[in-house]
Amino acid sequence: MLSLKKLFLIFLKIGAFTFGGGYAMVSIMQKEFVEKEGLVTDEEFLDITAISQSLPGPIAVSTSLFIGLKLRQKKGATVALLGTILPSLTAIIVIATFYHLIRDIEQIQYFFNGIRPAIIALILLAAIKLSKPLPRTLFNIIIVILSFISIVFFNIHPIFVIIACGFFGFIFHRKGGSV
Amino acid sequence: MSYIRLMIAFIKIGAFSFGGGYAMLPVIEEEVVHINQWLTESEFIDIIAISQMSPGPIAINSATFVGYTHLGLPGAVLATLSVIAVPFLLVLFISQFLNKYRDSNFIKGVFSGIRPAVIGLIAAACISLVDTSITDIYSGVIFLVILLTLIKFKLHPIGAIFISGFLGMVLYAI
Repeated sequence: MLSLKKLFLIFLKIGAFTFGGGYAMVSIMQKEFVEKEGLVTDEEFLDITAISQSLPGPIAVSTSLFIGLKLRQKKGATVALLGTILPSLTAIIVIATFYHLIRDIEQIQYFFNGIRPAIIALILLAAIKLSKPLPRTLFNIIIVILSFISIVFFNIHPIFVIIACGFFGFIFHRKGGSV
Repeated sequence: MSYIRLMIAFIKIGAFSFGGGYAMLPVIEEEVVHINQWLTESEFIDIIAISQMSPGPIAINSATFVGYTHLGLPGAVLATLSVIAVPFLLVLFISQFLNKYRDSNFIKGVFSGIRPAVIGLIAAACISLVDTSITDIYSGVIFLVILLTLIKFKLHPIGAIFISGFLGMVLYAI
């Protein structure tokens, strides 16, 4: 079993080095807990991501809470949460204090300009990795394409897409379809 | 600005902003700029810049920033805890519920639909970032280099973040 200290340290590392927001954090959690430590299966991670996306609030926070809960119950969730938010909290306080000094340093702007396109590569690969445990059935392929199109082209809010797809899944499952 | 108002505003942000990341910005803007007027529009745009310089979720970043600039360290901690209060309770509640009904046909069916949808949602999140992130030839090059390096050499994402930052410093300085 993973010790609380190790759990905290993994989340602290993720919290400290993930620039680029929640989705980038989720891609690193996948790397650490599924690929490296083997503590969460592909399918469990996909489910955790799915629920976190359906909940309000930061996705990375919900995802880390679910992983913490799964590995070490409530203490694990608390430890995971602290590891996730402490670096962010500290960084903001430091940056807020010195923002007027660093705002105009070009090198810093360049560094973050460089990170932004890399975040897309990270998230894209996370989507591909997350799709691995899914069987390549017609139902799954249609849902992936439908949910993508409804957001990109029709601007439908993700929460409605998730509710609708959950409903389709329920109907299809009940009719005995193999999903 | 009282602690109570700060707490209520960020509990609301945590409870009503779906979709994560930049999708949360309109809800944060409404509370922080329009309803409570803690920040002006241009200060709010600074938050986005500051969040990009800080690790962690953007909602946490903006909570800490607003709390800190208005009520110091206690404000920073209070706003941060407020924004995660509702998600925290929801996760505890939902995981208990799921442990109980994991094997029911209803839950199985619903998840069989949600799982593939998540893949579509994440792919869509990539597209929405392209506009603001891949803006010129340099950012295009960085995107391709990092993508190929991640696939070919199984580079750790944290390594990828730092390499891309240094590529940015080198390329844009030329």
